Amino acid sequence: MASDDIYILGINMTKFGKHPDKDSVDLGAEAAMAALADGGVTMADMGILAAGNLLGSPGFGQSLQKQIGQTGIPVYNVANACATGATALRTVVMAIKAGECDMGLAVGVEKLSGAGLLGGGGKKKSDDDTWTPDGRFGAVSSTDGRIGTQNMPGVFAQVGMEYGHKYGGTSFELFARISEKNHNHSVLNPLAAYSKAMPLEQIMGDMMIAYPNTRPMCSANCDGGAAAVLVSGEKLKSLSDEQQRRAVKIRASVLTSDPWQDGCQVLPDVNTLTRMAATQAYESASVGPEDLDLVELHDCFATAELVHYDNLMLCEEGGAVDFFESGKPFRDGERPVNVSGGLQSKGHPISATGIANVWEVCHHLRNEAGDRQIEGARIGLAHVIGLGSACGVHILESSAA
Amino acid sequence: MSETATQIPHVDYLVLGDSPHLVANECSSCGSRYFDRRNACASCFGTDFTKVDISPDGEVTAFTIVAFAAPGVPTPFVAAVIDCDGTQVRGNVINCEPDAEHVSLGMKVKLATYSLGTDGAGTEAIGFGFEPV
Ligand SMILES: [Zn+2]
Repeated sequence: MASDDIYILGINMTKFGKHPDKDSVDLGAEAAMAALADGGVTMADMGILAAGNLLGSPGFGQSLQKQIGQTGIPVYNVANACATGATALRTVVMAIKAGECDMGLAVGVEKLSGAGLLGGGGKKKSDDDTWTPDGRFGAVSSTDGRIGTQNMPGVFAQVGMEYGHKYGGTSFELFARISEKNHNHSVLNPLAAYSKAMPLEQIMGDMMIAYPNTRPMCSANCDGGAAAVLVSGEKLKSLSDEQQRRAVKIRASVLTSDPWQDGCQVLPDVNTLTRMAATQAYESASVGPEDLDLVELHDCFATAELVHYDNLMLCEEGGAVDFFESGKPFRDGERPVNVSGGLQSKGHPISATGIANVWEVCHHLRNEAGDRQIEGARIGLAHVIGLGSACGVHILESSAA
Repeated sequence: MSETATQIPHVDYLVLGDSPHLVANECSSCGSRYFDRRNACASCFGTDFTKVDISPDGEVTAFTIVAFAAPGVPTPFVAAVIDCDGTQVRGNVINCEPDAEHVSLGMKVKLATYSLGTDGAGTEAIGFGFEPV
């Protein structure tokens, strides 16, 4: 192993779902302690902590230290919407790469059970007695619902529909079949919030949230935490054979934001920054999409999964529908996508997601994924996107010979 | 309503009058358009902007039918992206049944206005949407 490479030494995700008896700190502590144990190290070995928790109290990282070990190391409390977990990982990667430390801990946690619909609403602008212009658009009344929608299912529905308008071939049923795939995958994942197969008719017949996304086609709000211990290649050389064998190499760690595109102020452009991140990651890792044994991508809605086949270049430009129809993204296909069940069934505790998808990939690369193991997996990619926007892409490789 | 009643647009980029239309701040250097104020153009960093009228005619390039929204938002409604002669606009498709049989990608629409109600001082707020042509 090269000294300037960076590895995941230990990683863990909690069961995603309802954790009424645990707060964010408890869930973070559970994931962090398990990641440390998985890596065979302790808080004493950590040189940095990067932590994300969007909906809890400020200073989550410090609260977590008080729960598991206060050593005086720098804490970076990070926030980047749904890419918060990936941002925490990336922060630790940068610290190790900069030579500031040789080991670090990244943690992401969210308590979202029962949170309902995300996005939209916001500060309630009351239609009061006098119309008074307010805000950046001089609005005299709330714009959500009157000038488009700000709710996430609706925004991402339009993202999928826009793809359909551009390239054709999409339909309500196609998007529902993408969801059906992921729900079928989730059956093998004991840590998923929902691990039930769902027939297509049930998915299409469920409550419509924002056409064409019905309820099971939306990511599941739930509680969960995930944590990872990262180590420099140089430091890893001094660790045990077992630690070296299980370590997963980070071949690429990329974070992008959305560059200006026409229309991005009207409908967030989740495509360009994902394509940029993927391009940079493939270049930096010297691998191509054809080398990937599995992909965990940000299927916050069924409509989003389709466009990311294209953005991550798993298919030719405009070819996402054909890619899906070919069967490639199914777990027995050539390029399995979201074998964890994806966000639609595994769940989406926002800040945990960007580490949990890396955990899923690592689990396969270490050949520890049990019933849902993708046989012989050596290289995988994890992708998240946070609206606003931020995109994280990590390419990971098994160390085992 | 009396002839002296005043009207106020829902948002400041909607211009009322005989031919209601939207206006944008256009970057003098690269032509990028913004419905809100910018210190510098997000595309080229230019700092000079001029007001331009947006075509009221457009085509639906993306839409969703929102059935479940934040409290206080009436549903269902059609939220869409409209390509108005090259400028992307966010708006609802109105004066149209909110279902997948009546709304389609690529459908032609034009800007239409409607009343949001009148306040205690007699001022009527006017909103906009896009209706099928
Ligand atoms: Zn410009």
